[in-house]
Amino acid sequence: MTLLDPVWTSLLYLAAAVFFILALRGLSSPRTARRGNLIGAFGALVGVVTVFLSSRLDNVPWIIGAIAVGSAVAAPVARRVKMTQMPQLVALFNGVGGGAAALVALLELGHTEDPWVRVAVVFTLLVGAVSFAGSGVTFAKLQELMTTRPVVFPGLPVVMAVVLLAAVGTAVAVVLTGALPLAVLLMALGLAAGVLLVLPVGGADVPIVISLLNAFTGLAVAASGVVLGNVLLVVAGTLVGASGTILTRAMAAAMGRSVAGILFGAFRGGSTAGSTALSERPVRSSSAEDVAVLLGYAQRVIIVPGYGLAVAQGQHTAAELALALEARGIEVDFAIHPVAGRMPGHMNVLLAEANVPYESLKEMGEINSKFRTADVALVVGANDVVNPAAKTSSGSPIYGMPILEVSAARQVIFLKRSMRPGFAGIENELLYEPQTSLLFGDAKDSLAKVLGAVKAL
Amino acid sequence: MDGMSLLTITVLAIFVGFEVVSKVSSTLHTPLMSGANAIHGIILVGAIIVAGQAAEPLILAVALLAVVLATANLVGGFVVTDRMLHMFHGRKETGRKDAAATEDGK
Repeated sequence: MTLLDPVWTSLLYLAAAVFFILALRGLSSPRTARRGNLIGAFGALVGVVTVFLSSRLDNVPWIIGAIAVGSAVAAPVARRVKMTQMPQLVALFNGVGGGAAALVALLELGHTEDPWVRVAVVFTLLVGAVSFAGSGVTFAKLQELMTTRPVVFPGLPVVMAVVLLAAVGTAVAVVLTGALPLAVLLMALGLAAGVLLVLPVGGADVPIVISLLNAFTGLAVAASGVVLGNVLLVVAGTLVGASGTILTRAMAAAMGRSVAGILFGAFRGGSTAGSTALSERPVRSSSAEDVAVLLGYAQRVIIVPGYGLAVAQGQHTAAELALALEARGIEVDFAIHPVAGRMPGHMNVLLAEANVPYESLKEMGEINSKFRTADVALVVGANDVVNPAAKTSSGSPIYGMPILEVSAARQVIFLKRSMRPGFAGIENELLYEPQTSLLFGDAKDSLAKVLGAVKAL
Repeated sequence: MDGMSLLTITVLAIFVGFEVVSKVSSTLHTPLMSGANAIHGIILVGAIIVAGQAAEPLILAVALLAVVLATANLVGGFVVTDRMLHMFHGRKETGRKDAAATEDGK
């Protein structure tokens, strides 16, 4: 027996769907973003409570136990993860969602004879499995469990084509026969396709792939809604699929890439992997005191923060340094590349965490013309986003990505851990320019030393 | 629900999805992706339905695995998004001096 009749059930699902729309809308503006997220969480709660009250469910204690386990695992991880590692956590959560959708479709296959529903089942199986495996590889790349470079091997396009053809054939067979073993095979092919899809994607493009797989999972969830005849799943999944697609394109545009180029660039052999060899060419290295003098007697300083700053947890020290320079009457801005950090907008989150006011975070389009009038550009733990190779070297994996034009500044100072190339694995010519000096060391330590020296001026 | 109604709803939802995020600044790309990621965790509803119908132990086990995965997506997604957005909170009111004061106070 159920507590809710079908009309109330539909109304509550409708309410949950509206909450999700309001959530996405809220998330699109800084003022309402946090409330938007809470509205989304409330919508999810409404949906879950409704399913318990409206369906004839067996195994309820087991289900509640499983929810408790899932929450107990995910909530502490989500609460404790370092903000620098957040992109891979989002990838992981996205992957398990895709996996769940695929499993739901697999179990529903036996309950239907309708060929159209079976089409939705095979779609969910395939896309959910691609999302699960692809997100897993993305996680491994971002966590640096494996190389962040594009992984390509001869015959990769052939293997991918064979897997896709086999998947299409198996999908047709599942629709015709409804055989469970074939469905399991289809899932396995989906997993293989997911791995092959993400392997050749280069490090700097990985965030865009997370967004794309996020849209994939949305579509898988929508299709599973068709399988179950559940409107809430259809609406929520479609919303995420559509908004995820737009977001993926916006992210790709911010990097001057096309989504197809990112996914298939390596297949076409268009991108060449950078060299790992450390260069022997001379660079001008500098001391913290020298850097402090350059900064302390400048009029305009632009700080370019990158992933290295975030890894070293140096955001707070960078904010203090900006404060100390401003106290000397120096104009200080932070130049934020759209993909600084590991994901679009990631650096904004990290600097907001360090209480850097929103107004001093300048987006690339706004700041690029100001480097010409800057006395010093201080590049902290960033590399690819200021690498002129993106403009000059057409063979480079980052060719075409818009960069911050730090070379226009009178002096450029790099705070770097080593001469190791950046995430994309390519050398930066700017390091060898005469106006460039380098201060080696952990970003936070270097910043602290420079800060001390500036205060002592 | 019949096929035509589902198709209608799907097409309308596509347009709503396009519209609501069409003008978002790159500042919010990460939280928006993370928030959208949390929303598709609602597959939990589907996992619960499947688990509630399961009669054999093996099927129940697979369904419960789906419930665990979906819950991780849903709960983890909303929690991590909230944490991210918490950091954007109040930056307009908090001038740089206040920021320095809180830093010193720690």
